[in-house]
Amino acid sequence: MTATADAVARTTPPDPGGRPRGRAVTVRVGPVSARFRWRSVVVPLVAAVAVVLLGAASLGRGDYPIALGDVLRTLVGAGTEGQAFVVLELRAPRTAVGALVGLALGLAGALFQTFARNPLASPDVLGITQGASVGAVAAIVLGGGTSTGALLGGLGVPLAALLGALGVGALLFVLAWRSGIDGYRLVLIGIALWSVAQALTDWLLTRAEIHDAASAYVWITGSLNARTWEQAAPLALSLLVLVPLALAAGRVLGVLQFGDDTARGLGVRLARAQGAVVVVAVLLVATAVAAAGPIAFVALVVPQVAVRLAGGSRPPLLASGLLGAALVVGADLLTRTVLPQALPVGILTAALGAPYLLWLLVRGRRTTA
Amino acid sequence: MSVPSATRAAAATPPDTAAPATGRAARTRRRLLGLLALLVLLGAACAASIAVGSRPLGPGTVWEALTDRSLRTEEAVIVWDLRVPRTVLGLMVGAALGVSGALIQGHTRNPLGDPGLLGITAGASFAVVLAIVLLGVGTPAGYVWFAFAGALAGTVAVYVLGSAGRGGPTPVTLALAGSALSALLFALVRAVLVSDSDSLDAFRFWVVGALAGRGADVAWQVAPFIAAGLVLALLNAPALDLLGMGEDVARGLGQRVWPARLVGLGATTLLAGAATAACGPIAFVGLVVPHAVRAFTGPAHRWLVPCAGLLGAVVLLAADVVGRVVARPGELQVGIVLALLGGPAFVALVRRRRTAAGL
Repeated sequence: MTATADAVARTTPPDPGGRPRGRAVTVRVGPVSARFRWRSVVVPLVAAVAVVLLGAASLGRGDYPIALGDVLRTLVGAGTEGQAFVVLELRAPRTAVGALVGLALGLAGALFQTFARNPLASPDVLGITQGASVGAVAAIVLGGGTSTGALLGGLGVPLAALLGALGVGALLFVLAWRSGIDGYRLVLIGIALWSVAQALTDWLLTRAEIHDAASAYVWITGSLNARTWEQAAPLALSLLVLVPLALAAGRVLGVLQFGDDTARGLGVRLARAQGAVVVVAVLLVATAVAAAGPIAFVALVVPQVAVRLAGGSRPPLLASGLLGAALVVGADLLTRTVLPQALPVGILTAALGAPYLLWLLVRGRRTTA
Repeated sequence: MSVPSATRAAAATPPDTAAPATGRAARTRRRLLGLLALLVLLGAACAASIAVGSRPLGPGTVWEALTDRSLRTEEAVIVWDLRVPRTVLGLMVGAALGVSGALIQGHTRNPLGDPGLLGITAGASFAVVLAIVLLGVGTPAGYVWFAFAGALAGTVAVYVLGSAGRGGPTPVTLALAGSALSALLFALVRAVLVSDSDSLDAFRFWVVGALAGRGADVAWQVAPFIAAGLVLALLNAPALDLLGMGEDVARGLGQRVWPARLVGLGATTLLAGAATAACGPIAFVGLVVPHAVRAFTGPAHRWLVPCAGLLGAVVLLAADVVGRVVARPGELQVGIVLALLGGPAFVALVRRRRTAAGL
């Protein structure tokens, strides 16, 4: 695989001074020491600062601008009633959902891309987000019509989306499992599921009344409109569990990259590790998509941007998650402030992320994942 | 293009060193049998596509209408004006999609390679939306040129962007540039459609991909491009076998890399662009058919490319026939049938093999 070849090329030729290239830093605390590359620390830090700044701007800006001082006062409970409503009930949940969804999608994208060793293997390609779309569109389009439709409509769109995503995720897991999950087989099965789900969505859209189709189309674009704490709270709780699991899975991923035999030789329990990575990634996507719809391109582009910024042989997990959060919050801020007409955030994430990835491609000499 | 060296090189790659002569003979026999089976299937699919439709006609009636062109009965009109053009179009589009999928998977060396990856679907969709919104176009025949121009522009942009980096065009940069540009164009498409439900109303019927409602005029519009694309693709196939061993090896064996890439991508664009222009985006054929064909041809593109074309035509026609039967008196669009039947079939194919690496 080219990725490992690249990693070898990066680490083997040492400087004349004996230190590896890439400006690595060694930290020693008593008997414990750790080496890391400078950029792999700076990039997540900068991304985290960007999330905080964009989040603060997102709380203050909009149709009803509030100065930063007032925002801070409101957050500690000293603002006017109107400001408190706008900041705490309208903008804070929306910003929180945006940041959390971006975090989850960025992490899941990095997990899938590393696991499958393919930069195109994102949850959008593996059908998981399309599964959510089928559930949501079915709930919107069939709600009230047939008896199953009424059942779906009664569930509500977010729950239907969650079930759709989990359904496809479970199918993906079961069908790709054969005493372990091979990354390549996962991708092939995933695109089959993707196409089935996509066809069902398109078919449902052709069957729908046009106004239902229009509102379903907004949902499958991914939007943060009218998100409340009702969506933010369960999302935050589930990410509280899933994010540490994902970061833990990242440690195994590094070993899995060397290939199955080497990983087994290094003491990884292969089937269990592979299954865990896929389950965590599927759950991350499903919770994110249920809250905000399949926001396009975050899971695909952010890990690729992160690896080009931070260096290394595979997408860094933490940096991917934080950059994802920054992208979604920033895109949502733009839809509410700069654009003349409020567009769903999923349009902006693609419109911002795609040119940036293209620029990195044109500028960069990096040719591997 | 040095065909002898291509043959030798391709024959040397599979691990059959133990008994080269018998191994090669067995492989050739398997390929010939597969080719024969494909031709038989293609004949059956064409016959079914002409004989079966939402209006039940007996085989005798159909045969009479086909052989006696002086007949002007209603049945004869159905056969000659609806079913024959539709079958011809299905043949062309299916072959085009299968061949372009095989080419793009070979050139990007990515099993996820799909003509859509090069920005063809996205470019065509964007152009069709512009045609709907700005010019009020609303018929499949009217979409053709817009879709085709969009597909061409999309591919050229992807190729330019993918090769602008210092490393030149590599499989990974091409694939990434393709998905980035596709995402950008689809974002623009959605930006328009989210706020304009009239255009969404037209677009949602184009985007599912269908053979219905396309007459002989659409078939004639795209036929020259598909013919040219097929010829280029067959010329490009031996070079792909060399390129598959890596560009340096291919260069060492006397293959000129750049012209081969250019011909291959040109053929892909012509084929997939014309197919998308005629029928709307049909994703599944280009992606899956090459994997299925590889099961009996192996990786040699001299066999893979033409066989993928044949199987593509078979699959598209068969799916179209199924779509006419399952939802009588209405129809299920061929793009949807393809995904619903092809998806599970593909899963079965992937799972049947002991390791997926053989695919």
